[in-house]
Amino acid sequence: MTAGSLDGVVASKEILIVCGSGGVGKTSIAAAIALGAASRVGGKVLVITIDPAKQLASALGLEEIGNSESRVPDSAFKEAGLTPRGELWVAMLDMKESWDSLVLRHAPDAETASKILNNSLYDNITSRFVQSHDYIAMERLFEIHATGTYDLIVIDTPPTRNALDFLEAPHRMAEFFGGRLLRWLTAPYRAGGGRGARLVNFASKPFYQVADRILGTQFLQDIAEFFLNFQSMYDGFVARAQVVERLLHDRRTTFLVVTTLESAPLREAEIFCGELTKREFPCGALITNKTLPESFTAEAGAEAGAALIANAHRLAEVLAETGVEALADSAIDERVLRTVGESFGNFSVVAAREAELRVELQAWIEGELVNVPSLDADIHDLSGLAEIADHLFT
Amino acid sequence: MLGEPDGSEHDLHPEELLRGDHETAQEPLLPELLKKRLLVITGKGGVGKSTVTAGLALLASDLGKRVLVVEVDAKGDIASKFEHPPVGFVPVEVHPNVSVLAMDTEASLREYLRLNLRIPVVGRIGPIARVFDFVATAAPGVKEVLTIGKIAWEVRESIAGRAPWDLVIVDAAATGHVVAQLGAPDAIKDLVSVGPIRSQTEWMTDLLADPAITALNVVTTPEEMPVSETIDLVARARSELDVPLGAVFVNRVLPELFTRAEESAFEALSGEAVRSQLESELGLDLSDGVESVLSGARLAVTMRRSRAEHLSDLRAAVDLPMLYLPYLFTRSHGVRETRVVADALSAEFGL
Ligand SMILES: Nc1ncnc2c1ncn2[C@@H]1O[C@H](COP(=O)(O)OP(=O)(O)OP(=O)(O)O)[C@@H](O)[C@H]1O
Ligand SMILES: [Mg+2]
Repeated sequence: MTAGSLDGVVASKEILIVCGSGGVGKTSIAAAIALGAASRVGGKVLVITIDPAKQLASALGLEEIGNSESRVPDSAFKEAGLTPRGELWVAMLDMKESWDSLVLRHAPDAETASKILNNSLYDNITSRFVQSHDYIAMERLFEIHATGTYDLIVIDTPPTRNALDFLEAPHRMAEFFGGRLLRWLTAPYRAGGGRGARLVNFASKPFYQVADRILGTQFLQDIAEFFLNFQSMYDGFVARAQVVERLLHDRRTTFLVVTTLESAPLREAEIFCGELTKREFPCGALITNKTLPESFTAEAGAEAGAALIANAHRLAEVLAETGVEALADSAIDERVLRTVGESFGNFSVVAAREAELRVELQAWIEGELVNVPSLDADIHDLSGLAEIADHLFT
Repeated sequence: MLGEPDGSEHDLHPEELLRGDHETAQEPLLPELLKKRLLVITGKGGVGKSTVTAGLALLASDLGKRVLVVEVDAKGDIASKFEHPPVGFVPVEVHPNVSVLAMDTEASLREYLRLNLRIPVVGRIGPIARVFDFVATAAPGVKEVLTIGKIAWEVRESIAGRAPWDLVIVDAAATGHVVAQLGAPDAIKDLVSVGPIRSQTEWMTDLLADPAITALNVVTTPEEMPVSETIDLVARARSELDVPLGAVFVNRVLPELFTRAEESAFEALSGEAVRSQLESELGLDLSDGVESVLSGARLAVTMRRSRAEHLSDLRAAVDLPMLYLPYLFTRSHGVRETRVVADALSAEFGL
């Protein structure tokens, strides 16, 4: 099978959004793409990561810097035996900080802003509202892209239960603040009666009766107050959500979907790719990560493995006579030969399944199909990332 | 047992020593786990929570227990591990003595209203549920308490002999969310100073905190991210929750291929001269194949070794009993694989 690569994507796009379900290696892939682009193509490349593994974070020098962008020093490249043609920059997404600055920007006045920031529900809403992390990631992306500082921005997406949430985030965010539910819920607490007061009369009554009995009036009042303040940011949020959404549809943007060849992540990736197409978002590549090396599917290997097991006893006697000290015990040799053959058989079952899946993927995937095999060790420095990059680029 | 050399004539690998001591000390603890009434299973996404949950359920049913599995994310994974179509909020027996229920907060809300507030809810409570959903987004614990409430209710009823379960196993939310979920009854208490919901949560807290009844268990794989999430979760559970911890299930453990003596022999096999002799003994046409087979074994050895390092980090940081489950080299995951997991668990429990 001809292996695809990201060469074309990196050369023609400005924003790469790396998606996929949790645990597939999104963060490492995103960092490797950025490293690959900085060392092969050049220019200023930024990777915005979320929640990187500790070792990766320290490899990128991310421990101290947090939300602001910082440059990976050339010395780090040299240590890894690489020569950068461009600059590699990294930033980590700090949800709390990003939310705070969003509130400060969109709140109508300082008093409202501080009311929101100090409400006990604020942390809870911002950290738990399903789409909020996705929304923040995109906000940040928009903000940075607008400065025009970088030639390429690679963004890692938050570990959502459902990758689709990311696509829907701007829309949902706008809906959340403008939605009828929110108006309805806060209606009885709004000053001035009018339409709000009427709403209480016919619509919200049964709910308030029930909610009151479950939660208590004070609590409901707290929630309503918070939402009322939050609603004052509505216009700002909606306008912003629209431009952010436009950026996602921009020709300079493309999505890269990462998956392993395990059933659950793969199923999710397939659904996600389908949704991308349906919503007319471009899918630049599907990256299959942590796969087994193709040598496990070689016919010759299967034959040799079986032959090693079948002839283990005879071969072991021969090996014991070679004069190599470590092979002197034929009983040990025999066990080793059997184990080696059996182990190959085990892995080739999984590898064969993976190979079939890749053929199926090739048949319908729109963009490139890029494969990254399981690396022996974890990624804890730039050379580890460079090793991944070697598989991503030609 | 898995990952251990199978006889005294073998030398121990350094990584094997990692298991040694804990083993005997924890032995009597483990079957205790199966005497609880409520086992909550969490772990990072995709590590095998549903696989372990299904295996535990099958094992418990082997031991004559009537089991209820509550699938919190309602993806239908548990039913499928018994090759059964997806189930709903009403428990369905998917295997003799194993029933499964998929969590549904709207259905739970309806049940809650009916049972606790004596509000008859006829037909759909759509609008109320939607608003409730909305409030739940904002209010810490409201939605979670419906989930935990349903689970705790099933446990309480079963202890009182009004529900047929000997054991309730929860295929819970991933590590990120489970603390909020289990802490929900407490969180509600902090937020709501008076009102019926407050008293409603007290019994839940008591039930979750009772070490004779409840244990929170974590599934992990011997990989970097799952291990560090497990370490974080255990620490958070200890500081933020009043829920007793049970065990850590280490899933997808690769087999140890060689003892030390065997490994030296294996290395010698890869030497140029020895390998070509091996190839000529087997016939020349297999020479490429021999190389693939040997490098395949080498990969298996290095993969296992880097995973062993993560395991030793885990053991250093977490002092809970550990149970090890093998990597399953299969194409599909149905009843047969669930059986393999149950048998492996049985061996790990020392049964
Ligand atoms: N020991 C194992 N060996 C090989 N494959 C396994 C093993 N355990 C689980 N798997 C596979 O890994 C995938 C994830 O397993 P499972 O569905 O149990 O995880 P989960 O933690 O419940 O995931 P989620 O967080 O998505 O609910 C499945 O395809 C499953 O078949
Ligand atoms: Mg699951």
